[in-house]
This record gives sequence, C-alpha cells and structure tokens, in this order.
Amino acid sequence: MSGEHLLARTDEAQLFRDLSRSNQVTTWRWFAGMGILALVLLWGIGVFVYMMTTGMGVTGLNRPVFWGVLIVNFVFWIGLSHSGTLISAILRLTHATWRAPILRAAEAMTAFSLLVGALFPLIHLGRNWRFYYTIPYPNERGLWPNMRSPLMWDAVAINTYLLGSLTFLYVGMIPDLALLRDNSTGWRRKLYSILSLGFRGTHAEWRRYHVASTFFAILIIPVAVSVHSIVSWDFAMAKVPGWHSTIFAPYFVVGAIFSGIAGVILVMAVLRRVFRLEKALTPLHFDNLGKLLCTMSLLWGYFYFTEFLTVWYNRNPEEWEVFRSYGKSFLPVFLLMITCNFIVPFPLLCLRRVRRSVPAIFGVSLLVIVGMYSERVLIVVASLARRNDPFIWHNYFPTWVELSITAASFAMFTMLYMVFSKIFPIMAISEIKERLFHTTERAIGNATAEAIARVEEHGEGEVK
Amino acid sequence: MKHRWAMAIDLDRCTGCGACVVACSAENNIPVVGEEEAAKGRLMHWIRVNRYWEEDSPSARAVYLPVPCMHCERAPCEIVCPVYATYHNEDGLNAMVYNRCIGTRYCANNCPYSVRVFNWYDYKWEKPLDEQLSPDLSVRSRGVMEKCSFCVQRIRRVKDKAAEEGRKIRDGEVQPACVQTCPPGALVFGDLEDPDSEISRMFRDPRRFRLFEHLGTEPHVVYLKRRKGAGV
Repeated sequence: MSGEHLLARTDEAQLFRDLSRSNQVTTWRWFAGMGILALVLLWGIGVFVYMMTTGMGVTGLNRPVFWGVLIVNFVFWIGLSHSGTLISAILRLTHATWRAPILRAAEAMTAFSLLVGALFPLIHLGRNWRFYYTIPYPNERGLWPNMRSPLMWDAVAINTYLLGSLTFLYVGMIPDLALLRDNSTGWRRKLYSILSLGFRGTHAEWRRYHVASTFFAILIIPVAVSVHSIVSWDFAMAKVPGWHSTIFAPYFVVGAIFSGIAGVILVMAVLRRVFRLEKALTPLHFDNLGKLLCTMSLLWGYFYFTEFLTVWYNRNPEEWEVFRSYGKSFLPVFLLMITCNFIVPFPLLCLRRVRRSVPAIFGVSLLVIVGMYSERVLIVVASLARRNDPFIWHNYFPTWVELSITAASFAMFTMLYMVFSKIFPIMAISEIKERLFHTTERAIGNATAEAIARVEEHGEGEVK
Repeated sequence: MKHRWAMAIDLDRCTGCGACVVACSAENNIPVVGEEEAAKGRLMHWIRVNRYWEEDSPSARAVYLPVPCMHCERAPCEIVCPVYATYHNEDGLNAMVYNRCIGTRYCANNCPYSVRVFNWYDYKWEKPLDEQLSPDLSVRSRGVMEKCSFCVQRIRRVKDKAAEEGRKIRDGEVQPACVQTCPPGALVFGDLEDPDSEISRMFRDPRRFRLFEHLGTEPHVVYLKRRKGAGV
C-alpha cells in the first residue's frame, strides 16, 4: 500500500489547522469588513428609529398595498433559512458521504437568516413599541392574542424553528468545541470548556451524540416544512386574489428550499475563498449542491406553471387581473423572476462544467437569489395592488427607508456570520475526520488496517 | 335590547356628490391629508364614492358607488387580527379598539372592500381647525388602523337617551353623519331587528344586492340596483 494514504498524526494536526484557520488569525480585512457592515447596520437602525417616530408614511406603502418590501424581506430571509437545517438533516439521515464540510456552514446560515427574518414582522408594525400585545402574558384585563390569526401561527412556528435550529447547530458542534478546547488557550479555552459540556470523546459520549443528532435531524424536518407552509398561509388564508391559493404551502416550501440552496452555495463559495478551505470544500460539493439546485429550479418552474395555468384557463376576473398586471406594471419584476429562476439557471445547471466551476455556480446562485426575491415581490405587492375593487388599484415602489432597512438586514446577516466564523468552528472538523478515518488505511504497528469506506470518485479526500 | 344595524344605499338616488364623505370627515375627526398624500393612495376617508365609467369612451356615463365599511357578519378582518383589536360587538357592528391595535395592517389586506385606512403619520389639525374636533371620539395616533364605525357614538347617544326615557329606539332616530347629510336621500340606516323599519323594508327590495356577494362575507350594507331605461 502506498504510504501517502496513511493518516499520520502530523497530517491530522495539519488538517485541524487548515479547517480551523478562521478561528486562529484575525486579519485587518476582517476588521475593515466588520467596520463597513457596522456602519450600514447603524444607518439601518437609525432609519428604523426615524420610521418609528415619524410614522409608516415614510415608506412607499399605501392603500391597498399595505405590505411591501419589509414583508418581502421577511419571506425572503425565512425562505433562505430553509435549506441550511433541512439539507443538513436530510444529508445526515441519508448518510450522504460528502456531507461533512457543508453541515456547519448550512446550519449557521439557517440560524442567522432566521434571526434576521424574524425581526421584520416587528419592524413593519405600525406601533412597534406595542409588539408585546402578541405575547400571551397574564394581564388583569384578561386580554389574549388571537390564535385564529395566521400571524400568531407564524410567531409560534418561527420561534419553534429558531429554537430547534439553534439547538441543532449547537449539539452538532459539541465534539468540535471539545476539539477546540483542547487546542486553545486563554479566554477561548474557557469559553470552549463551558460550551463543550465536558465532552471527552469516550465511546458512550459518541454513541449518545449520534443518537441525539439523528433524533434532531428527524424532528427538525417536519418543523422546517411547517414553518414555510405557515409563512405561505399568511397569504393563502387571506381573501386576496392571487394569494388565496391551495397550492401556496408546497409552492412556498419549494421556493424556500430553492433559494436556501442557492444561499448555501453562496456562503460556501465565500468561506472557501476567504478561509482557504479549497481542500475541504471541493468541486464535488458544489457539483452535488448544483444538482439539488437544478432539481429545485425544475420543481419551482413546475409549481409556477400549474399555478399560472389554472388561473389563465379559468379567467376568474379577480385573479386574472393580478396575473395581467405581471405583463404591465410589474413586467420588469416578472421577467427578472422568470429569467433568474428558470430560464438561465436550469440549462446552465444541467452542465457538469458549470456545476463544478465555483465562480460559475456562484453566479448562478446569485441569480437564483435575485429571482426568488423578485418572486416574493410579485406575490406580496402585485396581488395587493390589484385588489378586488378596481377603483382603489394603486402601484407601489419602496422609498429609501425600506431600501436602507433591507441593506441593513444583509449587513446584519453577514456580521453575524463573520463573528460566528471567528469564534466557532465553521467546518464540522470531527465529522470530516471521521469520514477521513473511514476512507483511509492506517498503520497499526507493522500491520495495515483496510479502509472501511471508499472515497467518492471525483474530488473527495484531497487532503493527503 | 338586541339590535342589528344595517345600511341600504339606493344607487338610483345617489348622484355622487360626495357630501357623505365630507359629513363623515367632520363627524369622525378624520384628518385631511392633502393633495400629495392623496395621490399616493393615502386618503383617510371612512366612506368613499367609487366612480366607474360605463364604457371606455369620452361620452361614457359615470356610475357612482358609495362604499363605507360593510360591517360584515362574517368579517374577514376580525379573524386575522393577532390581538383582537377589531371585533364583533353585541349589535353586530364590526368595531375597532384603537388602543389595542399594533398596526400589522393584516385586517386591511383581508378586507375585500378595502375600506380600512391606516394612520401613516400623526396628523395635525392646524388652529383653529382643532376646535372642530368632536369630543365624542378619539383622535387616532400614528400606526393604528381605523374605519367606518356606523357612527357608533351616535348610536350610543340615542341608546342612552331611549333608556333614560324608558322607551324603545324609534325608527330613523339613529342616523350616521353620511345618512343625515345625503341630499338625495340615497342612504338609509336602521335596525333590522325591527321588521317594520324602513331599512327592513329596503332589505326586502328585489333590487337589493351586496358587494362581492360571492365572497360570503355577509355585509350589513346592501345596495339597491340602478334601474336603466328611458328617463333614468
């Protein structure tokens, strides 16, 4: 057997250094990036306070378009959160062998986009300072929130998903935190000691860890599906032509996973570049995620087609007017959506060359993000702008207020991710090591133990 | 004493003059938002007069349709409010609690008639206009929804008076501002619990129809269809 397949202790140390590079050095670039993002975020917070003290009139909203970009952002961020945990859970359950380097980045994305997305229903309230009326707290007047309102279902679903995702992220991180604890000093050591809960890597601990992560993976999937169904019901339950549609729940779930996978690819490409993780995040991973993205693009196209076809054929005037506006006032948004969600990504993603080229698939994913954002604009705004009564039809365009808050939400997400990557293991180190352990032969004294698993044909196991 | 307040709008009589809008604004402390805000679609009127053209030509005749809150029996706005800021009261009215409203604007989205309006700003009444504010109802702050209440303050006053005098409310005794003002008498208001009231009679009119009846909201406002033909 050739010597280079043997996993020696020195290689293991090198692997650890490579994978946890993000925790070890903090460059001036990181601080500069944080500084710029902090400015954007502060500006957004300032604008929000201005909006709160002046009134929602500073937005572009009107009657009948009572919900605009702020609600689009809400759907967008919650949608983006959909892949992380879901991909990670599905890959764990199906024992997809290539999953290890993707898990952490995807799960962290879920947690942070949920944190950002959950702010928007509060930001968009007319009286934000009274948000606690929606919380069922005991009060002497016996007032209670209205659980018949889809907004309350939303609050419950998103809280459940947020807590679930954070737990899922944390539990999956425990062995890595223990690894970091053993390799760090100072405040980091203290922090990791507390967070790793005394994990030492005994057989019993590993067994419990595997049972727990399987359970979490099983439990989180229905929660993820339910959350975006309920987000869709904020719309589908309403008496609004263009919203009131039975297909909305599965359609939103598909759209959410579609944009979520694009988000995971974007995040992975950035991490790979910034933290030089080329060895861990290989073209194989982008290829596989690209296939998933291609499938979702097809599924999304199918859902959109069926939704459109029934309305087109039926010509129920109330619904048809909404779709007709896609060809008039909302034509640019409609074209952007169709192009970025289907016409360009689908054929490109069928090509292996595109899926395996990181810049190419990065570009395609960016298009999908833009396309899915446009889709939400069409759903939220166009349907309201063409309500039942033609006399009150009115178009909508966001003002600088909404755009600033939107920019701030992107800044906040990136900042959360940057801080996370500095403090926590951004790669699932122990999972990667476990996989490596299974796929390499090792020397025990003079004997050589055979590998128990094969490496994937293309790209995996480039760490030698 | 149970009531079921309702309104009928005779489209044969309506001239589209807009007096109901003015009267309502004066009665209910409705802010005047100005031309610029109105162009943005932010009129605060609780009743509006829709104008449609019968055909697409310069000589087309206009059709007018006054639209107040329909006070639906199965109100879509009520179930979607997360904090019960809008609810059904004992008289079948669809009522608003401004202090409870947090401004999700979901009720407005779910209203097929789009009669709910939102306080985009804290509106100001320049002196001496503030002196004309009615003390019977509040001036709403920014961030809350509002809408036609069938002049609930007038209903209360008449109820109190009738109770004081130990009698029933007479037909026509309660008149919302729009009904009181309407020059051609196109608007009629009354109690459906009283089978002999004018409103009950109008509810039996064969010309009767409801707006967006197919949505199943069961509005308490009905319209009497315009008769077409010579001399009309």
